[in-house]
Amino acid sequence: MSDLALSSPLTLPITRKARAGEVAEQLAAWVLAGPAFALIWIMLLGPTVAVFLLSFTDWTFGMPEIGWAGLDNYREMIGDEVFWKTLRNTLTYVAFVVPLSVFLGLAAAILIEAGEGLRGFYRAAFFLPVVSTLLAMALVFQFAFHPTVGAINQTLSLFGIPTTDWLKNPDTALFALGVIGIWQAIGLSMVLFIAGLKAIPKDLYEAAAVDGADGAFERFRRVTWPMLGPAMLFVVTITAIRAFQVFDTVQVLTDGGPNKATNVLLFQMYQEGFSFLRSAYAAALTVVFLGFVLLVTVIQVRLQDKNTHYG
Amino acid sequence: MRTRSIASTGLGFQLFRHAMLGLGAVLMLAPFVIMVSVSLKPSGEIFSPEFTLLPKQWHAWQNYSDAFTKQPLARYILNGFIVTGAIFLCQLLTALPCAYALAKLRWRGRETMFLLVLLGLLIPPQVTAIPLYILLWQVGLLDTYAAIILPSTISVFGIFLMRQFFLTVPDDLVNAARLDGLGEFAIVWRIMMPTAMPAVIAFGVLSLVWNWNEFFWPLIVVQSEHLATPPLGVVYFANAEAGTNYGPLMAAATAITAPLVIAFLAAQRWFIDGVTMTAVK
Repeated sequence: MSDLALSSPLTLPITRKARAGEVAEQLAAWVLAGPAFALIWIMLLGPTVAVFLLSFTDWTFGMPEIGWAGLDNYREMIGDEVFWKTLRNTLTYVAFVVPLSVFLGLAAAILIEAGEGLRGFYRAAFFLPVVSTLLAMALVFQFAFHPTVGAINQTLSLFGIPTTDWLKNPDTALFALGVIGIWQAIGLSMVLFIAGLKAIPKDLYEAAAVDGADGAFERFRRVTWPMLGPAMLFVVTITAIRAFQVFDTVQVLTDGGPNKATNVLLFQMYQEGFSFLRSAYAAALTVVFLGFVLLVTVIQVRLQDKNTHYG
Repeated sequence: MRTRSIASTGLGFQLFRHAMLGLGAVLMLAPFVIMVSVSLKPSGEIFSPEFTLLPKQWHAWQNYSDAFTKQPLARYILNGFIVTGAIFLCQLLTALPCAYALAKLRWRGRETMFLLVLLGLLIPPQVTAIPLYILLWQVGLLDTYAAIILPSTISVFGIFLMRQFFLTVPDDLVNAARLDGLGEFAIVWRIMMPTAMPAVIAFGVLSLVWNWNEFFWPLIVVQSEHLATPPLGVVYFANAEAGTNYGPLMAAATAITAPLVIAFLAAQRWFIDGVTMTAVK
């Protein structure tokens, strides 16, 4: 009895205070997260919904009225040869840039981590393109691709390899831009793979050695490669999403040409939306672009789920 | 024994390693070397059939002074600092309190908020361009600093990164601060931010790099030359020089790349760790 009498006056105010504190905590949380909440809606999610809705209208920038157009924009897109060429170009660019930058990034990461010497230097050298201003470097590449004095053709002709005006030749322009894209993407995939390599427990290699997996290749095949699975998935996703966003080099070096050979989705969207002011049609192109990026993400999430059953 | 089983330390392998990485490093660094080399040469040497690393006749002073006088290059670089500085400040002011609320407070709406952040991470910045352009047009802000800065004031990536970091901070630290009479707002800035300094620095450098190099959005909203950010400035320069005058152009490219490269080399350790941190979800 006495215990109860003693404890109740002590606990009561505390619980009351806790309740008051709870309300205060709720309030504080909303005050703290409120600005971010508002900005996410105004700057990100709201505009994304707006772009989706806009793609079903006939609005051109500056017009006083908006009319519902249903699927007209999408129908026009499907009937437009330029759109299909744009799509093919974008997918070709992604298919060229992603495997090469992932593979080269992985090779660099493994070689860098396989020894002590010059580790810091190599990391910095491979990563420097990631932080450099792509636009300034694009102009350097333009010079390097120069048909007569460019370093690339000079080097190639040294080995007797046929040369061309890479950025002006419709057959090679997209791949020339791809080379710049790969050059810039290797560093990021290298750094992410280094993180993945560091997460592999060292005793796995010892266990593999006990099992008789002695050679470098055997160790790679039986331990490194399977353990890198999640990192690989992440790197491929990031690189693919970034490759879909190719724009800077197209805008400055080729202007979508020659003969639309380097016209990619974002560049097409930019031209329709901001040069021709066809906002609704550009919005429809944006929806297609977003669709591809989300598709890549969904595939990644699916595969990641599948992978965790083994991991 | 143990190190042998992890890495092949044979001399042959190490030679192979350095040969491959050395070749790779040369290819990665070559554009930078070409850029600086060309920026030092007179146009006669730039277009001569043989390439030399150093100029026979130094033209550095003329190229760089041309770069800074023919176009307001210093202004472009200053704009870069104004824009990236303002953006990072806004991102910090909105992201840190939100990340703290997500990591350390119990409130209704927390799950929804986190879901919105994850949704935001899925949306590439170019997707919002058309509606934001219309919005800025309607409020009459096109072609201003505000037009460049406003859409980047929120960083869902920053919220996500800081939340992950705050989750690792012990609750006891927060409770102790409360017992000392600190309000939630003060806890964010006086306890959590100093504790999370490595993450803040990594986030800061990433934000700086992204926004310094951002080309798509400024290209759309800026017409006036005096508002141009560094990448836009280089394009104005290239257009004005019609692509023939490579010496001053490369000098301009060097000047605009230099601040970031210097920042990267100085903060290399944090920076590479910061990027890595984003991969470890």
